[in-house]
Amino acid sequence: MINLTKLESLASELRAQIIENSHTSNTPHLGSCLSCVDILVALYFKFLKINPKKPQSIDRDRFILSKGHAAPALFHVLAKRGFFPEKDLESYGQDGGIFAEHPPTPEHLPGIEAATGSLGHGLPMGLGMALAARVQDKNYKVYVVLGDGECNEGSVWEAAMMAAGQKVGNLIVFVDFNKWQATDRSEEVMALEPFVDKWKAFGWDACEIDGNDMGQIVEKLSKENKTDKPLAIVAHTVKGKGVSFMEDNNNWHYRIPNAEEVLAAKKELGVDL
Amino acid sequence: MRNAFADEVTKLGQSDQRLMLLSGDIGNRLFDKFKEKNKNRYFNCGIAEANMMGVAAGMALSGLKPIIYTITPFTTTRCFEQIRVDACYHNVPVIIIGTGSGLSYAQLGPTHHSCEDLAIFRTLPNITVLAPADEVELRQCLRAALKLNGPSYIRIGKKGEEIIPKTNNSFEIGRSIKVRDGSDVCLVGTGTIMPIVLKAAQMLEKEGISSRVESCHTIKPLDLQMLESISLKFSLIVTIEEHSKIGGLAGAISEWLAIQKNRGTRLLSFGTEDEFMHEVGSQDYAREKNGLTSKNIATKVLQSLKES
Repeated sequence: MINLTKLESLASELRAQIIENSHTSNTPHLGSCLSCVDILVALYFKFLKINPKKPQSIDRDRFILSKGHAAPALFHVLAKRGFFPEKDLESYGQDGGIFAEHPPTPEHLPGIEAATGSLGHGLPMGLGMALAARVQDKNYKVYVVLGDGECNEGSVWEAAMMAAGQKVGNLIVFVDFNKWQATDRSEEVMALEPFVDKWKAFGWDACEIDGNDMGQIVEKLSKENKTDKPLAIVAHTVKGKGVSFMEDNNNWHYRIPNAEEVLAAKKELGVDL
Repeated sequence: MRNAFADEVTKLGQSDQRLMLLSGDIGNRLFDKFKEKNKNRYFNCGIAEANMMGVAAGMALSGLKPIIYTITPFTTTRCFEQIRVDACYHNVPVIIIGTGSGLSYAQLGPTHHSCEDLAIFRTLPNITVLAPADEVELRQCLRAALKLNGPSYIRIGKKGEEIIPKTNNSFEIGRSIKVRDGSDVCLVGTGTIMPIVLKAAQMLEKEGISSRVESCHTIKPLDLQMLESISLKFSLIVTIEEHSKIGGLAGAISEWLAIQKNRGTRLLSFGTEDEFMHEVGSQDYAREKNGLTSKNIATKVLQSLKES
């Protein structure tokens, strides 16, 4: 069984790769990627019942990165997990390639469950997959990562109500609550708080954790959900987590790091790539 | 037409365990038989069409065959982005039913009219766009759409539509049906306006004009073979649809015709005007206001033939 230290070092390594990739491919949304890396690592390396050799296995757990602009984080995690060769990422951002700034459709990249990028689509599609498990008598779970800014979208709450109404207990949402959306503090744009209570009011089991603390993520996911309610984990995170000069600085929603900044970031992460 | 839909979908549900029926909180009692015979495969998704479309795509991505049913504006324009991204971009077999299309709900006001659905769906990659004339074509459309591996849209009427007489019952997506043969003019109609088109042909016959009539149930992909044939044979092609003159059947055919070489064929189109209807009235009243009557069609066709 993979231990916490290994998961944490994987997260640091992936952060460094994602930062390097942003520099070489001129891809933005670094801050949004870095806030959710720990959640992705915990899921892909410890909890998801998946087989990278059989990405379409009908019994697999499903994962949807509904905040699709954090695609670079997902692509690097999928490559590291063996869904496709890490070498393929060298074509990132190149003309004619498949690695866009958002996840493509499943038929174009192994490991992707749904193309996202337009916000508010991932949870409804995830709900459809979770209901499909019930109809087909399967036991898989569906995990969806939402952004806090994404929760502006009404379709998130339409899906939330239906999931609770249909008692979809195999659906787990992480809200990557990094307190920022593209151009403002999320709480100042639309009232999100009390966020946990909001999910509860929509009929979900809900809790909050430190979403950049691997121990807390693992602990939460290790507890079996015995109710028929969907579960929302409001994960307090830091946008740009792991690099001091990026943390909680919303310029890194769009900024691309230069070579010196990449070096400085790697040094802070203790990763020599 | 909606009763035929409920009946057909109930039958199909029994033979295909992947078939799911998702309703946007309409069809009270309409689907009781489906629910009884296909337990756990009916979902009332509430008044939340964006979510419903996403849920359907998620189901289709998981190997199911969802059919979405609600009133046309709400299953088309209301959730257009979910149709574009979740269904069409993923290219999954979601069947979207728009019930009460065109001016079927004329008395409910423009919020419930749908005279732009064909136009907007035509622009989406991967989707098949169908507008059956009557319940016979509807059942055929549904069976054919279920065999597709990608998304489809079926635009249907409300209830009590006339069944148009045909000499044979063959049906294929993308192949228009010749309902009547003729030599002077070709009337190409789509959807539940077809009985009016046929009556217009009968009126023209009394004036000595022989009309071929096509029931063009598939708007996308267009029946290019039929178009090739009629554009070489007739100097006047007439399109009739209970839909805006912009972008639907008339739009599709004119886009095709404009780039053909050596055709002297003209197009005359009948459809709804580029405006919202502020007067209340029945479907017949609304059709009349938009010139969608047999008499108006026959008169204008006669005029047009005289001019050429």
